Formats: sequence, C-alpha cells, structure tokens
Amino acid sequence: MSSVIASEPKAEQAPQSPGAAAAVPTPKPRGEFLYFALRSRKFLIASTILLILVGIAVLGPIIDSTNPNAQDGLMNQGPSLKAGYWMGSTSFGEDVFSQFANGLRATFFVGLLGGGLAALVGMAIGFTAGYRGGWIDEILNMVTNVFLVIPTLALLIVIASYLQRSWPEARGILFEAIFVGLTSWPWAARAIRAQTFTLRSRDFIDLAKLSGRRGWKIILQEIAPNMSSYLFMTFILLFGGAILIAASLDFIGLGPTNGMSLGLMMYNSLNYGAALFLGLWWWFIPPGIGIMATVGALYVMNVGLDEIFNPKLREI
Amino acid sequence: MRRYFGRKLLTYTLTLFIAATIDWLIPRFMPGDPVYGLMSRMGNNSSPEAAKALSDYYYNLFGLNQPIWQQYLNFWGGLLHGDLGRSVFEHGQPVTDAIMAAVPYTLALLIPAILLSWWAGNSFGALAARRKWLDNTMLPVGYILTATPYMWLGIVLAFVFGFTLKMFPFANSYGLNLEPSFTWLFFTDLVAHWMLPFLSLFLVMFGGWAIGMRNMIIYELDADYSRYLEALGAPQRLVRKYAFRNAMLPQITGLALQLGVIVAGSLVTEIVFSYQGVGLLLFNAIKSEDYFLLQGIFLFVIVGVLAANFLVDIAYVIVDPRTRVGMRGGTA
Repeated sequence: MSSVIASEPKAEQAPQSPGAAAAVPTPKPRGEFLYFALRSRKFLIASTILLILVGIAVLGPIIDSTNPNAQDGLMNQGPSLKAGYWMGSTSFGEDVFSQFANGLRATFFVGLLGGGLAALVGMAIGFTAGYRGGWIDEILNMVTNVFLVIPTLALLIVIASYLQRSWPEARGILFEAIFVGLTSWPWAARAIRAQTFTLRSRDFIDLAKLSGRRGWKIILQEIAPNMSSYLFMTFILLFGGAILIAASLDFIGLGPTNGMSLGLMMYNSLNYGAALFLGLWWWFIPPGIGIMATVGALYVMNVGLDEIFNPKLREI
Repeated sequence: MRRYFGRKLLTYTLTLFIAATIDWLIPRFMPGDPVYGLMSRMGNNSSPEAAKALSDYYYNLFGLNQPIWQQYLNFWGGLLHGDLGRSVFEHGQPVTDAIMAAVPYTLALLIPAILLSWWAGNSFGALAARRKWLDNTMLPVGYILTATPYMWLGIVLAFVFGFTLKMFPFANSYGLNLEPSFTWLFFTDLVAHWMLPFLSLFLVMFGGWAIGMRNMIIYELDADYSRYLEALGAPQRLVRKYAFRNAMLPQITGLALQLGVIVAGSLVTEIVFSYQGVGLLLFNAIKSEDYFLLQGIFLFVIVGVLAANFLVDIAYVIVDPRTRVGMRGGTA
C-alpha cells in the first residue's frame, strides 16, 4: 500500500541523505499549519469527502434505523423513492442504504482500530530498532523483514478460517480489526526506523543523553515529537491499508457473521444474490464506491499533509 | 554482492521457516479443537461411544496423539517430500496436485499484469511529471485507481463489459462447452476469459506505479545532481534520463514490497471471475473447510512470493551497480 505514496520512497532514502525532504521535521506553531491547510486544495477536498463519509457512517444508521440484515422488504427493488428504497433493495429484501451506512461504520471502525494498532506496533518496533541500534536493531530488522514478505492476507485467511469453526465468537468486526492491525505494521516499522536513524545522531539527542534521561523518555519526548507529522501520515496510510485488507477478507467470506460491512455486501451480492448475473448494480456498486472514496481521500489527504508539513513540496 | 545475496537468502530461509511453523501452529494452538470441529461439521449424533471411537480415529489419523515435537518433525518430513496431505474438496486428490493444476492460470494472470503495469505505470508517471495538463488529469485518476479494491474493479468491469456490453465472458477461465486443447478456438476462448481479470489487476497496479514514478521523478529533479547538471547546461533530456534511472530504484524495491498485496489482489479477482487459479481454489477450500488444501495454498503462496522477491533482488543487482561493488545498495 505504502510504496505508491509520496513520502515512503523518501523515507527509504533518508538514511543516505539526511536532511532531505520529509526527514527535516521542524516543530511549527499551530497557526501556520492551519494557514497552509486551508490553502491546500488536496487537503481540503480530501477532508470534505471524509467528513461526508463519516457523516453517513455516524448519522445514517440513526436517521434510518432499518436493520441492515432484516429480510422483510421488497426484493430486487431498484433505487426508487416511491418504493421506499432510495438505494434499492437486495434479493433478500434488505435495504441497501441501511447496509451501506452500517457497512461504512464498520469500515471506519476497522480502519481506525486496525490502523491505530498497526501504528502502535510499528512505532514500538521502529523506535526501538532505530534508537538502540546494534544487535537489537539487527534482530528487530530481521523480524520486520520476515513479516514484510509474508502476504498479510494469506496469513489472515488461514487464521480466520480456523477461527470460524473453533471460536465463532471471534468472528466479529473487533477481532478482525485486531488481527489486521497485528499483521500490517511491518512497512511502518521499517519507515519509522529509518527516520529514527536520521534523528538519532543529532546534537539535541546527544544532549538529552548527557542529561541522563532514560532511553524511552528520549524517544517519547525528543524523537517522536520531531517526526510527529511523519507518524501521523504513517497512521493515515495504515488506516487506508487496514480498510482494504479487511474488505478483501470480508469479500472472501471470512468477515463478520452477524454484522455488516462493505466487503460483506459485495460478498453477499455475488455469492448469494447472483447480482452480477441479474444486473443488480445498486447492490454491489455502492460498497465499492464507499471503500474507494474513503481510501482515496485518505491517500490524497496524506499527500496534502505532506505538502503542508514540508515547505519544499508546497505548490503555493 | 555476496554479502547482499547472503543477507537476502538468510531472510528468505528464515521467512519460509517461520511461515511454515505458523502454518503448523495455527490449527494446533488456536482455541478450540479441529477434530471436534470436523465432527460437528459431519453432524454427528450417534452414541457417545461411537463419537469417542471416531475422534480417537481422527486423532490417530492426523497424528495428533503423538508428542508435539514428533508432530512438528512429521510436518517437516512431509513438507520436504512435497506431501501436503489430501484435499477433501478435490475428492481426495493430493493437495500438491490440486495446487499445481491451478497455478498456470494464476501465473498467466499475474505475470503479464505485474510486468505490463509496472512498465506502463513507470513510463506514464515519468511522462506525467513533465507535462502539467497530463499531471493534472493523471494524478486524481491514479489515486482513485490505487484506492480501488481489486475485487470491486473486477465486479465493475464484469458488469460493464461482460453483463451490459457483452464484449467479454466474465465467468470461468474457458467456455464450459470446450475441452482444454491446443486449438485456435480454445486459445481465443481462453484469451477472452482472461481479458477482464487481467484488466482489473492491471489497472489498479498501474495507478500505483504511475503515482510512485511521478513523485520520484519530481523528487529526483530537485536533487543536487540534477541541479548541478542543469547548471552545467546539460540538455533537459539528459537530466531527465538520469532522474528516471535513479527514480527506478525505489520502484523496484516497491515492487518487492507490493508483491504480497498484488498476490492478495489476484486471489480476490479470481474469485470475482470464477477464474480457476489458486485464488478460486482457496475460496473453495475455505467454503468446504478443507484445511489441508488451505494450509497447502498458504505455504505455496509464501514460496511463490519469496521466489518473486528473489527475482526482484537479482534485477536490483543488475540495475544498481552499488550492490555489485560491495556497497550496500537498497535496503538489505
């Protein structure tokens, strides 16, 4: 997910050219952030889209409290206000809008929790490896490389398909988010390690060491604040990545069994509704657009933030 | 160079070892009992004695009554002989055979899609970094494409070009009225079925490579060496050529990093189109709870990704001279 985004390749290069691009985070007053944020077209467009989507996810199920799994309405109804299904209904008589809004909720939940968890693990490993160096770095780096190569989805599929029989309670959105979070940290760990590396040998870190502060305090108080913008952008990318992985997992049929998600909508439409052969486009088009808009807006926001934080990239 | 490859090979061996171990661990240390799961699935409602006998039989059959270290050794013994057990879904066929039958279809999708999208995306991205109007149109399109879930683009393509326009078939890898054979008719049918899944993989990846290349070129053109060349009065073409070459390296590393995601994308794309590759096999294995097949596919995917990673490493050595003279290029 990450390599397509502006800031990642730079992180790869950072160790060779300290002081390049994103590697020079300077603390800025809040006013300046707002000043540039309000002038960044990318940031504004992306946050508007995200706000709308969050609005649907939060308010949708409140305004329209139809149960997304209630199979009690008209079947195969196209979008029509007269019939009371303005986004149509499924072949089981479920309301597509209700499914969409609830699915969007699940999508944001998985993204926030999964992405957040992955960011935490990535930071813990990246900071430790980058700051400590030596054999700790060697070991952590090896572990990171190993998990970087193992395809996350394949691993999740094996875990989830065992769980569906042996521990069905774990087949919910919460566990899905946790599993996704615990498997998608490697590239973040590597990027954060590279950034930590460039900061580690700076004078202010040496000074902090001389003052006798503990290692983890230096990491939390000196290193992390100096790359806070970078960390936030990493979290945004992990957020988007977690959404995509969870959607694939749901689409394979290993998603939540009693909830609703956008991936599950696609899975149901194709496997139980034969929507592709009956042309029930209103069933499988919205979930994809929901995911695409969310993840796309996150990616564009990442680039916008990059331009806001990094004066070298500003177009203005 | 030896150090570079030595490090890589060590990582890959370790990865394979860990992946295989995880593969072995999951059924044994997950909460719940796989044998119990198997029996409840068969809807066992006979007497307790019969159930006990059956579960003993299964424990014995799968070697689950042996000490744990013995089970682990047995697992590796079987693995090294290419024995991954037998598939329930494929009527007792060895798992290795079932996977091997599906692999050609997956590779026929993946290899052209990866290579073509990488080439086209890089060329297009480099071009976009040069022309403002192209950049303004390509950038949003690129971001939309990379953010698209593989399966959904597949569904949309199937709906538009298959269902609505009836230009291509959108289910199975060849017409069910045909037998696989070396005839022109079969070949054209195969290509027609291949077209849409290929296109959906190609498009999503294309967006990612184009954006990556565009960003890297802009970054490289800002680097000291480009500025210096420009100051010397070198022609634009030459500066761009050097920028392109340098921008290429992260794109190669990116290819290695993306392999897992790409494979995952091909798995779900195959499911959309019922394209009978490894992805569809996996889907069927999950649906029929065929754990031997499932675990076999997992290991197989890992081995495939590792092999592809190794190929990318070789490409890196060819492209980046630093790795050849002993400096540590890339991210070893």
